[in-house]
Amino acid sequence: MSTTLQNSYRTGPDERGHFGLFGGRFVAETLMPLILELEKAYEVAKKDPAFQAELDHLAKHYVGRPSPLYFAERLTEKLGGAKIYFKRDELNHTGAHKINNVLGQILLARRMGKKRIIAETGAGQHGVATATACAKYGLECVVYMGAVDVERQKPNVFRMKMLGAKIIPVQSGARTLKDAMNEALRDWVTNVADTFYCIGTAAGPHPYPAMVRDFQSIIGKEVRWQMEEQEGRLPDSLVACIGGGSNAIGLFHPFLDDKSVEIYGVEAAGHGLSVPDGHAASLAGGKPGVLHGNRTYLLMNDDGQINEGHSISAGLDYPGIGPEHAWLRDIGRVIYTSATDKEALDALQLCCQMEGIIPALEPSHALAYVSKLAPTKPKDHLMVINVCGRGDKDIFTVAEHLGGM
Amino acid sequence: MTTRIETRFAKCRAEGRAALVTFLMAGDPDPATSLELIKSLPKAGADVIEVGMPFTDPMADGPSIQAAGLRALAAGMSLAKTLDLVRAFRKDDNETPIVLMGYFNPIYVRGVDKFIAEANEAGVDGLIVVDLPPEEDDELCIPALKAGLNFIRLATPTTDDKRLPKVLTNTSGFLYYVSITGITGAATPDYSKVGDAVARIKRQTQLPIAVGFGVKNAQTAGAIAAYADGVVVGSALIDTLKNSLDEKNGATQKTIGAVTKLVSEIADGVRQARKAAAE
Repeated sequence: MSTTLQNSYRTGPDERGHFGLFGGRFVAETLMPLILELEKAYEVAKKDPAFQAELDHLAKHYVGRPSPLYFAERLTEKLGGAKIYFKRDELNHTGAHKINNVLGQILLARRMGKKRIIAETGAGQHGVATATACAKYGLECVVYMGAVDVERQKPNVFRMKMLGAKIIPVQSGARTLKDAMNEALRDWVTNVADTFYCIGTAAGPHPYPAMVRDFQSIIGKEVRWQMEEQEGRLPDSLVACIGGGSNAIGLFHPFLDDKSVEIYGVEAAGHGLSVPDGHAASLAGGKPGVLHGNRTYLLMNDDGQINEGHSISAGLDYPGIGPEHAWLRDIGRVIYTSATDKEALDALQLCCQMEGIIPALEPSHALAYVSKLAPTKPKDHLMVINVCGRGDKDIFTVAEHLGGM
Repeated sequence: MTTRIETRFAKCRAEGRAALVTFLMAGDPDPATSLELIKSLPKAGADVIEVGMPFTDPMADGPSIQAAGLRALAAGMSLAKTLDLVRAFRKDDNETPIVLMGYFNPIYVRGVDKFIAEANEAGVDGLIVVDLPPEEDDELCIPALKAGLNFIRLATPTTDDKRLPKVLTNTSGFLYYVSITGITGAATPDYSKVGDAVARIKRQTQLPIAVGFGVKNAQTAGAIAAYADGVVVGSALIDTLKNSLDEKNGATQKTIGAVTKLVSEIADGVRQARKAAAE
């Protein structure tokens, strides 16, 4: 690439899938030829204007993009500092940012002639998005979901079933997202010939972290021109929640080289960072290790055994994080922080009351940080938060925690 | 330098038979029983011993080996204790090759150089690390080879002729051919295809080829031993072990005997295979 910028944060990964120390391709030999095939197919698709045109068409007419950039006026007044904008990816078809990535991968699967799609899901949003795209294109869809998550995300389980997907509750390990991903990988190793693994976050073996990021980057690209349109300049700060980190990297990536833009990623601090096994903040409480095909920060013990994360949000409840975030943390380009279950619940209620928007528990973590950060900023500071999912799926969980609703 | 693995495969070849490679999880169902089990394997007919390094997230393993790892971890097993187990085995047996098999994270977290030094000192002969394909050879494979350990790689039905040289480069000791695409403990392979696959790989390497996945008893082991230099059996032994445990996953008086009995039967199957084929 002769056009590569010097000193750019946006050129990764290298040809072996590394973002600095992180990333890579740590998979069983059975999968290696498939991953190389996928990498090649994606490189070709990426350069094919017809592929991009098809994706753009779907984004506009099927997903409803661009999602609005909305000035949250009453929340801004209430917090009394920065001017807060919501990037409203919760208005997308299927209710979250997940569909951006899924449509890209499903179009790629079609180009590769794969007829069977598998996916893992935590909160169920990625599962619903995958089931949706498979229904649209008449593909077989199998979704692995931890048995615990099947229980706590029932509305999404029904949605996936309505859409014709087969849901496999995973009974191994802690029966949450990590175990669903293990089981999906086992399926893939077994059904290599006809199966495409549609990974839901910017993690896994190369090329997934880069590919998912590319598909999600539409979020940040839109914010650039939308903010230009509304305020005549770039935003001053970006805030997004992080589980695996796909909504965050989608918002952040187009701004990484704009030094004036402060970037904040918010992990799930669960019951609190000091509570053993009580949170899912891999950057705050983890160290570098290798899991699910990539090297990244992981929650684990001294023997390298993976710990179970905890978060009220099933979408953030993962003991790892996408490798590009691990790298962005180490080089200091993005500031990573966290919000507890309680802070997220408080922020969710605040958002409902101030803006008439019920956010999902995941972006409620980002909102929680915004409610701390915004008051410290001047009134002309433009802050964008990615409201990456809507809260319909969480109403029962929230009701249970708030009691008597 | 000739390693114990190379010596052992040469010996089996000289005897006109395949080697029996057995897999058990270190610390399953508890560290003491596990040591007894592993000590009893050579007498029962195992030629090469693979010892699983327990890991919480074994992505290429089926339910039997997943559960074995979790039983071991619940009984307090760790990578350090796995090395202790090899050390204890080596006190009485300086000939049977030991191969540690597992996933990279516990090794990475312990420190690659430290682990290699400890493994060498404990008497480990080779390593199989499932999630380190040739593309990641700098991580562990190259330093392990430099330190005199064998690095055994898996080849699978998806490893075609074009990719095979990449897999064979830096593989030493033996090549482990996984006879099906899938997780451990899965279906029985089509034996005629196994023969073809071994022949295909042999055109590109002098290394002994051990074949695993789907070996359940003397008969299935014999079917593979007719074609391959080694037969690997794992999930079937672990299932037998599991069935001998009490309701709290504790070892019983039956545990050691049940496992060694199956190993003996499979060893007989392996030893009879070529004779049967010749008749």
